Amino acid sequence: MTEKEREILMKHYLNPKNRNMPHDNYEKVNSRNESCIDNINLYIKWNKDILEDIVFDGEACAISIASTSIMIENLIGKTKKEAEEYINNFTKMLQNEDCFLPKEAEIFKNIPEARKICATLPYIGIKKAILKK
Amino acid sequence: MNREDFPLLKQDIIYFDNSATSLKPKIVIDKMTDYYTNYPANAHRGDYDLSYKVDKEYEEARELVANFIHAKNIEEVIFTSGTTESLNMIVDGFFKNLLEPGDEVLLTTSEHASNILPWFRLSNKKDIKIGYIPLDNHYYVTLDNVKNAITNKTKVISIAGITNVIGDIRPIKEITKYAHEHNIFVVLDGAQMVPHMSIDVTNLDIDFLAFSAHKMCGPTGVGVLYGKKEFLEHLEPTILGGGMNESFDNPNEIYLKDLPTRLEAGTRNIAGVIGFAKTIEYLNQIGMDNIHKKELELRNYLIEKLLPIKHIDIINIESDSGIVSFNVNGIFSQDVAYYLNKYNICVRAGNHCAKILKSSVGIENSVRISLYFYNTYEEIDALVELLSDYDKIVKEMI
Ligand SMILES: Cc1ncc(COP(=O)(O)O)c(C=O)c1O
Repeated sequence: MTEKEREILMKHYLNPKNRNMPHDNYEKVNSRNESCIDNINLYIKWNKDILEDIVFDGEACAISIASTSIMIENLIGKTKKEAEEYINNFTKMLQNEDCFLPKEAEIFKNIPEARKICATLPYIGIKKAILKK
Repeated sequence: MNREDFPLLKQDIIYFDNSATSLKPKIVIDKMTDYYTNYPANAHRGDYDLSYKVDKEYEEARELVANFIHAKNIEEVIFTSGTTESLNMIVDGFFKNLLEPGDEVLLTTSEHASNILPWFRLSNKKDIKIGYIPLDNHYYVTLDNVKNAITNKTKVISIAGITNVIGDIRPIKEITKYAHEHNIFVVLDGAQMVPHMSIDVTNLDIDFLAFSAHKMCGPTGVGVLYGKKEFLEHLEPTILGGGMNESFDNPNEIYLKDLPTRLEAGTRNIAGVIGFAKTIEYLNQIGMDNIHKKELELRNYLIEKLLPIKHIDIINIESDSGIVSFNVNGIFSQDVAYYLNKYNICVRAGNHCAKILKSSVGIENSVRISLYFYNTYEEIDALVELLSDYDKIVKEMI
């Protein structure tokens, strides 16, 4: 990963967006990887089929936290359908397929193969939330 | 000490995850290869030389273990697959039949999952109460806290001799004495204790003990269930099958063999048990007291080096075993482990299977260094140097 990519990652890890914010009446989903000790909760507020707000809390490694922060920033305001497309593209990117991803999410393209699973952590939760919708 | 006995240590690797499992000396590996190569027969079965040799070595292993833990009777040693299986057998084979609804079992919040979940299941099935002996501000168990936690419903105390996160040595002898005065059984999870110090079940007067070979230089898949004979006689086999029965004609006429065979159904992990015998001989040769002493020296050295580092919070500064748990300020434990891994240093991150400990310590995850006698001061120096540079950790952890 490049120096620039690392910088973005560290920025989101050390000062994640939307972490530990109020979430009264939000829908809660838990995200955890079988193999890791990472454990985060996403809290989601839908407005009809739009993801009006998402916040999170919990403990996880740098890559997972940065990935969560970036994912949330990119998903807020998206419709369910747009979100599904975004999630799909993110998954494809991790499988080394070429696809467009907005703002900062593409930094995960170059993380070590063994750590890709960390980047997927928040997606486990958001997929659950979308499925329930 | 004894580094030359361990093939892995010839590689450029620093192994600090000994509480998870230990390294294996060559003589143990060779012994198992010898079995598989030269006399791979079943035990208690054949009428030929190879099988006789297996029988003999398998039973010699039992005797070695009995002596190692100072059991009064050889048949008080049952070979299992590990601590986890031993504890499950104790709960499901013995206490399930003995306890009555309303009876209480005392644990602590720093127990390993294998000394909690079997009790939880029993608690759900039979309305057994689970109580916790409070930990003091060092996360220790004190005799006073044990006394205070006991009620007139308490029937069992089941605790680790040494815990796998805090590494404190519990005052087992005092607890057992007090417990027995109140007709309470004591079960000892010895997974972290037996590998690191000498143990005398007769002197400690414990009723049941569980431990694993793989944490003490032995093979995986082998463990021990020790129980006082009078109690083991009433431990109902949780697994039935070949080798352990005398005869069976119909469901009402099943006759089981005597101890210890009755509790060892099916073909056993023969290679493992024979390898474990070699392990015990090996540890005896070094001396358990020497092992414990060496670990304490290493631990004190590590603590002394870590204490001045401002960005490191040690969870268990005081403790008499080779376990040191800590966190680097603001950095998730797993990231610290990834960082050290880049330098071929193996440490463990996580909650170490003591999931309810966080309610006591307030910290969910930590980095754990667990030492064994073959670790060195130089290895500790290498670790400390890497940990002392905060910017380097942040820069290199991903
Ligand atoms: C205190 C304690 N008890 C029980 C166990 C379980 O041992 P095993 O996995 O060998 O059955 C462990 C293993 O980490 C442990 O540390």
